[in-house]
Amino acid sequence: MDNVIRRRTPAARLARALLLTVLILAALFYLMPLVVMLLTSVKPLEEIRAGSLLALPMNPTFSPWVKAWGEACTGMRCDGVSVYFFNSIAIVIPAVLISTTVGALNGYALTKWRFKGSELVFALMLFGCFIPFQVVLLPMAQTLGWLGLASSRAGLVLVHVIFGIAFTTLFFRNFYVAIPNELVSAAKLDGAGFFRIFWRILLPVSAPIIVVSVIWQFTQIWNDFLFGVAFSAHDTQPVTVALNNLVNTSTGVREYNVDMAAAMIAALPTLVVYVLAGKYFVRGLTAGSVKG
Amino acid sequence: MSTVSSPTRPARVARGRPAGARLQDWLPRLVLSPSIAISLFFVYGFMIWTFVLSLTNSRMLPSYDFVGFAQYARLMTNERWWVAATNLGIFGGLFVVICLGLGLLLAILLDQRIRQEGALRTLYLYPMALSFIVTGVVWKWLLNPGLGIQAMVRGWGFEDFTFNWLTDPDMAIYTLVIAAVWQASGFVMALFLAGLRGIDDSIIKAAQLDGASLPRIYWRVVIPCLRPVVFSAVMILSHIAIKSFDLVVALTGGGPGYATDLPATFMYTHAFTRAQIGLGSASAILMLGGVLAILIPYLYSELRSRKHG
Amino acid sequence: MSALTPVRAFRKTLLGLAVAGTLGAAQAHAGEVEVLHWWTSGGEARAANVLKQLMEDEGHQWEDFAVAGGGGETAMTVLKSRAMSGNPPSAAQIKGPEIQEWGELGLLGSLDDVAQSEGWDDMLPDVVADVMKHDGNYVAVPVNVHRVNWLWANPKILEEAGVELPTTLDEMFAAGEAIREAGYIPLAHGGQPWQDATVFESVLLASAGTDFYRRAMVDLDPDALGGEEMIQALETFKRTRELMDDDMSGRDWNIATSMVISDKAAMQLMGDWAKGEFTAAGLTPGEDYLCAPAPGTQDAFTFNIDSLAMFQVSDDSEREAQKTLARLVLEPEFQEAFNLAKGSIPARPDLDMSEFDTCAQQSLEAFQQTAEEGGLVPSMAHGMAVRSDVQGAMFDVITNFFNSPDMDAEQAAQRMVNAAQAAL
Repeated sequence: MDNVIRRRTPAARLARALLLTVLILAALFYLMPLVVMLLTSVKPLEEIRAGSLLALPMNPTFSPWVKAWGEACTGMRCDGVSVYFFNSIAIVIPAVLISTTVGALNGYALTKWRFKGSELVFALMLFGCFIPFQVVLLPMAQTLGWLGLASSRAGLVLVHVIFGIAFTTLFFRNFYVAIPNELVSAAKLDGAGFFRIFWRILLPVSAPIIVVSVIWQFTQIWNDFLFGVAFSAHDTQPVTVALNNLVNTSTGVREYNVDMAAAMIAALPTLVVYVLAGKYFVRGLTAGSVKG
Repeated sequence: MSTVSSPTRPARVARGRPAGARLQDWLPRLVLSPSIAISLFFVYGFMIWTFVLSLTNSRMLPSYDFVGFAQYARLMTNERWWVAATNLGIFGGLFVVICLGLGLLLAILLDQRIRQEGALRTLYLYPMALSFIVTGVVWKWLLNPGLGIQAMVRGWGFEDFTFNWLTDPDMAIYTLVIAAVWQASGFVMALFLAGLRGIDDSIIKAAQLDGASLPRIYWRVVIPCLRPVVFSAVMILSHIAIKSFDLVVALTGGGPGYATDLPATFMYTHAFTRAQIGLGSASAILMLGGVLAILIPYLYSELRSRKHG
Repeated sequence: MSALTPVRAFRKTLLGLAVAGTLGAAQAHAGEVEVLHWWTSGGEARAANVLKQLMEDEGHQWEDFAVAGGGGETAMTVLKSRAMSGNPPSAAQIKGPEIQEWGELGLLGSLDDVAQSEGWDDMLPDVVADVMKHDGNYVAVPVNVHRVNWLWANPKILEEAGVELPTTLDEMFAAGEAIREAGYIPLAHGGQPWQDATVFESVLLASAGTDFYRRAMVDLDPDALGGEEMIQALETFKRTRELMDDDMSGRDWNIATSMVISDKAAMQLMGDWAKGEFTAAGLTPGEDYLCAPAPGTQDAFTFNIDSLAMFQVSDDSEREAQKTLARLVLEPEFQEAFNLAKGSIPARPDLDMSEFDTCAQQSLEAFQQTAEEGGLVPSMAHGMAVRSDVQGAMFDVITNFFNSPDMDAEQAAQRMVNAAQAAL
């Protein structure tokens, strides 16, 4: 695009300086909570009590991180958030894989194999995005009981898949709708089947939207608290629940540095995913939902 | 929506393999059927179940003692419900509008060939990765007058600086807007940026040749092109606004008093903490109804106009 | 439902693993109890650990299922979800009238045989025993008795401000002014509905007396709720706001307590669980901090009893473990250790109190005295007086009145009448 402020006049230069200032100010706004968390997590307790939130640590220490990972007490157990961290991983990976696969197939079937009522089916599933999760807690609990999946990791995976496919279907449907039908039609004439066309034609070009779907699902499921707390037992709680217990647990004086370190640990996987794959995320959205 | 469906269906030729062809015909529906079944049962089934419960006087656990629309009548006289509903209007409206405005502004600014674009974009986007379970404590600090921004600015020498919205019942709802905008506006920015990159340069060049100024080009040419992006963004943002729950619990706990209650927290509190599942279900149904009443016309008009455009 | 197949298979593997796991660890008669509780604050967790240890000494397994947040609100949500799925934990921290509600649903198991062999009827005070029974059968076991109407104070600040520990509301307001002038926050408080209600019920008791309290908060008598005495109590309650700081919104109670500990605030109106925080900070009662009945409530005792209710289980060894748990809870060793750490008094009054500090001894004395003289009342703020829906509606009125500058006391009293009725 050439519609940029680039001419080297003083006015243009001023405009450009202004532009950068605005952008950097905005960046500071977005950064502030994270910076406070990070600074607090490496400060000794006395410094937290004495200094301002944004003061740099005078004696940085990593012991809060060590404590949050392996020693901090959540309730009666004092083994930090590590156990729960792995619970989360065990829930998130299958849930993301299954919901993305189902979403991809749904999106493919809805766009390349349209049938009477396929738009209605899509609309039907789309509204699934809007149901408040609080509403489904009790019926879901009962259903999980019937299925014999109550309080298990498998149950949590199932719940996340159920309420994730509305979104993954939306993503893939919007992506595939923009892919020309000609290739698919030609392949059909050649006698290629449903799965073969998907495998050979659609899947190879789906990388951007798979990234979007995986990031979205990963973030949603990893950050979930409500389902995690309601459908878990003592040994299947995800990391968000442990974090909540830790933050609400206090040994006389609250150890804010440990709280913050635990919060950072709980946030790390999603942060890493966003930072590493953020570029592809934006790219995928360009190709996908935008062109709806 | 079904009325506008079935565009040109590719002609399918069955080449002497009728059985296989028929299977191929049914396969898409077969693939979709588990999802449809799940959707019908877990979304619509549960909605109906909730509606049924809203007609009962269920307390701690569901019971089927029907009382007609009594729960709705009680809800109408419940002052806290009206506070929650009004709050959703204020919060949702401001949240969506500010996110769209800020997101668009940042996207346009970032689209001016900024060298650090990648880094800045990541900074704007990362809040979306964090839940309020994680950032709630920090937000509480930042907004707390004695600890956070107010104390900090006063520490810099501006003794009269006041920022105590969190403790003011009339202003506390706006602190929710701030934190929610912080979380989602970067995401909207990314959507808009993606949209800007997708606009055909020749349209803009033509406008430039006509001698239009840059702001005018954006206002008249570029922004109208972004209409589909606005649509996606509004859908995602309203979904976030309606489901806002962690945010309230982590930041204000609904307080001061119940000044920052939202329908989602109202429903949760009544159904779970106060053993009034009947009343909670009624509020959930009204909430869902309200959402659909706003979304369906929007969805319909957008989808229609796009078919014609 | 092809999508479910892998999940099912996964579940089978899980189940297999779990079975293998329990078999490996099995001992004679050893059962496990999963205990859902919200004893997560420092003193509480340490106290509950004693019980866990005792269970393990008897060869049973304690599966700790702690869910923190909102005075047990989150834990109750989890409990309902687990009950709906037909898979409740074997024991859960449930209290007050809520025990009756779970009992009515037929989900609780009877503890009568333990109660009989251990002689609970003779051991427990009637007030306590009544709360634990549903339909005449014991379904829960009391862990402790909390007194809610306490005042905690920092003697250094009182001395610096030149005031005595207040014994009436007027004295409290007067002391507050002096403390404010000395540069401290008079009253530490956290702006959460239950904390507002905790202060309110102490003020109500002081200004209107125990009989009125019972009429209004237990019997929900509309004449009392909307009456002149209630209006006055509400006005006094709102005045306590002047004694608090501006940043209290949403603050947790233990943070408020730590303000008293760290010489920022002079006093706090809070139940005796606050003592656990003082103890954890290594302070001695009578020297480093003071305890006294909330001003004007010397003759009253608002009780809050923690209890563990046992859910019906089918497995015999689990049943055995539940009974052991119920027995151990009232064992002197646990009662002493737990209540020492938590700040409360034992649920059975026949224990030797010499290990306890002066605050606890004072509390037990007041408990026995008020039980005879009629000053023993259930705490509304802590779910001992009314069912959760009425309590919630009351909380709404109290907290909204306390926080809204333009609602007057008459309006609030009228809303209380409505709250009590609307929830019926």
